[in-house]
Amino acid sequence: MAEIVRRNKPLSVSPLKTSQPLGASLAVLGLDRSIPLLHGAQGCTAFAKVFFVRHFREPIPLQTTALDQISSIMGADDSLLEGLSTVCEKHRPAAVGLLTTGLTETQGADIHRVLKIFRERHPEFRAIRIVPVNTPDFDGGLESGFAAAVRAMIEHWTPSVAASGVRPGRRPRQINVLCGPSLTPGDLEALKELIESFDLHPLLLPDLSDSLDGHLATDEFSPLTTGGTPVAAFAALGDAAATLVIGASLYPAAERLAQRTGTPLHRFDHLWGLEANDRLIMTLAGIAGCRVPARLERQRAQLQDAMLDTHFLLGQARLAIAADADLLHAACALGVEIGAEIVAAVTSCRAAVLEHIPVAQVHIGDLEDLEQLAQRNEAELLLGNSHMADMAQRLTLPLLRMGFPLYDQIGAYRRTWIGYRGSRQTLFDLANGLLGAHQQPVTPYHSLYSPKPDHRPEEHGHETATASMDRHGWH
Amino acid sequence: MKPSDLAALIDEPACTHNLKSKSGCARPKPGAAAGGCAFDGAQIALLPIADVAHIVHGPISCAGNAWDNRGARSTGPTLYKLGLTTDLGEQDVIMGRGEKRLFHAIKQVVDSHAPAAVFVYSTCVTALIGDDLEAVCKAAAQRWGVPVIPIDSAGFFGSKNLGNRIAGEAMLKYVIGGREPEPPPVDPARPALRVHDINLIGEYNIAGELWHTLPLFDELGLRVLCALSGDARFREIQTMHRAEVNMVVCSRAMLNVARKLKERYGAPWFEGSFYGIRDVSAALRDFARLLDDPDLHARTEALIAREEARIHAELAPWRERLRGKRALLYTGGVKSWSIVAALQDLGLTVVATGTKKSTEEDKARIRELMGEDAQMIDDGNPRGLLDLARANQADILIAGGRNMYTALKARLPFLDVNQEREHGYAGYRGMATLARQLVRALENPVWDAVRRPAPWTATPETTHG
Repeated sequence: MAEIVRRNKPLSVSPLKTSQPLGASLAVLGLDRSIPLLHGAQGCTAFAKVFFVRHFREPIPLQTTALDQISSIMGADDSLLEGLSTVCEKHRPAAVGLLTTGLTETQGADIHRVLKIFRERHPEFRAIRIVPVNTPDFDGGLESGFAAAVRAMIEHWTPSVAASGVRPGRRPRQINVLCGPSLTPGDLEALKELIESFDLHPLLLPDLSDSLDGHLATDEFSPLTTGGTPVAAFAALGDAAATLVIGASLYPAAERLAQRTGTPLHRFDHLWGLEANDRLIMTLAGIAGCRVPARLERQRAQLQDAMLDTHFLLGQARLAIAADADLLHAACALGVEIGAEIVAAVTSCRAAVLEHIPVAQVHIGDLEDLEQLAQRNEAELLLGNSHMADMAQRLTLPLLRMGFPLYDQIGAYRRTWIGYRGSRQTLFDLANGLLGAHQQPVTPYHSLYSPKPDHRPEEHGHETATASMDRHGWH
Repeated sequence: MKPSDLAALIDEPACTHNLKSKSGCARPKPGAAAGGCAFDGAQIALLPIADVAHIVHGPISCAGNAWDNRGARSTGPTLYKLGLTTDLGEQDVIMGRGEKRLFHAIKQVVDSHAPAAVFVYSTCVTALIGDDLEAVCKAAAQRWGVPVIPIDSAGFFGSKNLGNRIAGEAMLKYVIGGREPEPPPVDPARPALRVHDINLIGEYNIAGELWHTLPLFDELGLRVLCALSGDARFREIQTMHRAEVNMVVCSRAMLNVARKLKERYGAPWFEGSFYGIRDVSAALRDFARLLDDPDLHARTEALIAREEARIHAELAPWRERLRGKRALLYTGGVKSWSIVAALQDLGLTVVATGTKKSTEEDKARIRELMGEDAQMIDDGNPRGLLDLARANQADILIAGGRNMYTALKARLPFLDVNQEREHGYAGYRGMATLARQLVRALENPVWDAVRRPAPWTATPETTHG
């Protein structure tokens, strides 16, 4: 059980945390033909847009209610009504995520009331689903914003058993999967394949692997997402045989779904490493009522083999990790499973799962905190986002990039981390990072009485084995 | 910020937008707006000051989502690249603890990084809850003995452009005039050379392009007291009032700085651009003209003749490859004509240019360059841009980063000319880079590959081309 060390300085230096509206936007971007609308000043949207464009290298649909000085002070209901009708009129989306920001929360905007007025005034937009979510950016972070949006979608769009006649198991092959923001588009693809290999039909919610996987569509231009979970799918969530939830941040949302529909719920904190994936496979085999496919047995054996190959290097390797709670948990669990030591674990904000992370201490803080801990505790490897590249250079340590944002490597956003195969690749990459950086075990000694004939004393200072971090694709 | 101060900034008299009824700074439409806020603009304008600690006072969005995302380069300090924010929590907002947190945050950064100065940016939330930025900054400066400058830049004040002006205004109010420049270093090769002091306002050293033009100024004996704000230091900004001439580079947004420097200190100013051979030469001539130094004038002409001959020779083979190519240009303000000139210098035909943020004066220059019936794009929505590109058989879209995927997803070659770009196109030498990047974009075989439908599809898909 980890001790949680809280932030104790007034200034955040090199922030790790990103905001709730950003996370909620991301969840909305996992819906088909959708667009998030941020109720705030233009910058709230502009920064979020640039953030995701740099991360995914994709166009990102995102709009703003563009508050000015007058609407900020006198009330912004009109801006919100105008913004909603403009977005609905112009783009005819299937879904709109209506998200607040620090500005409108401080102002005391009531988006739920305004949405009711909008519905009364604009019956012509009845078919467009609009989900209001409160996401002040002075509370929580990306993960909690994402979770709030998913929970709101379930509460607004999933009919209860009593109301609609859905019945758990009426679609016996359907599996709902609530996917937290620690899962990349590559993870989601791998997860779908894995579930399909049991002849089950996964319904991912939200499904970023269908909207932000980076594909060249036939259409030249779309102001909305070009893929993702269809909003119609929410109606059928209650018919599924079971619901899986990946990432503890989504547990409250998943519990709401289970309550409303009665579908059995299977919780997974993460899917990194042997143990977590064993449990996933057993769960799927149980639901499907069939044997585990031979292919998966092989992949499991491959992961075990990789664990043997890498344990020489990764056993007691000193890892410093910075990430939002769910991803931090995943990385720490994999590290512990291979016998590494987590010498620094920093996360962005408070989350229920933190105390279950298998480390002595979790610091709620920023990347400056991570750098100091990494240095003090003699870390050998860094895991975290692209903002850590400068730190990695200063500490001459290899950095394995994960989390948000990833802007300095092409394709990093879609790397597959989960499953037996993803875990195996992660172990390989961690080990290679150390291999590239490894010091010579014993400093050469030049004997006084048995000098080598080719030894010249002035050459004595041996070259330190500096980390050659390019060697294995590391930076 | 007082409403009257804000109104004065919006009504910047030197900005020709304000002479027309349709203003480039018009209120954005909710649900159909693009671009940043005043805070964004203020940060863009000042963040490149390298030895300053830039603290964002507000909740996490404003800094957390946006730090370290610009391409301005520094020759030395990296302090400006650090994301610094008070990261206010709910309790800070409710209980009004923001000011106290800010005060201690300033101490923290002074202790840990010994900055030349601290700039504090207010944001929507801290403006709304009424944190007294100016008072906190004043108290902190006295207490910790470091200049602490308030930048009152709540996002809801308005557009990015307005934010630029707010930033400029803060420099005028708190920084410029704070110090006298040292005498210029003597070049041992030319000990008798008369050195003139100049400023470059609105030059951000994106991708290091300032370093393309600085050698020219050195050679001419023009000392750049300060580039506001590319690769700048706090102490350089303090001396900006001593420049003999100010150039407003490619950005109308900080016109207020140039205008007030003239009002207060008498230094003349001109607008210019370092994009394109003709414009670089014109800028150098403008300096010579305004400095009224016959020797400088002669040396400027000699330098221009030499550099133009050199770059024309260097560009000859590239021009051959670019000849007849058709470009659709969509960018803001001054760049709507300055890049036109650069592209024409390279032998391209510019089929249309964006004028969303342009003034009548800009449009006159466009007509001068592209002819009376030049196509101007007022509303650059992605669909419209693509239709225009197709109608005019454009070979490439040249625009800011936000339109990159508009082009790429339509399988249309693209070149980024805004601040996020990776290449410096300014100066004579920048033209060679521009030519190389254009050829690189246009001649790549991927365009055929990505337009090719899958061989098993019966009917070929319609693609751009």
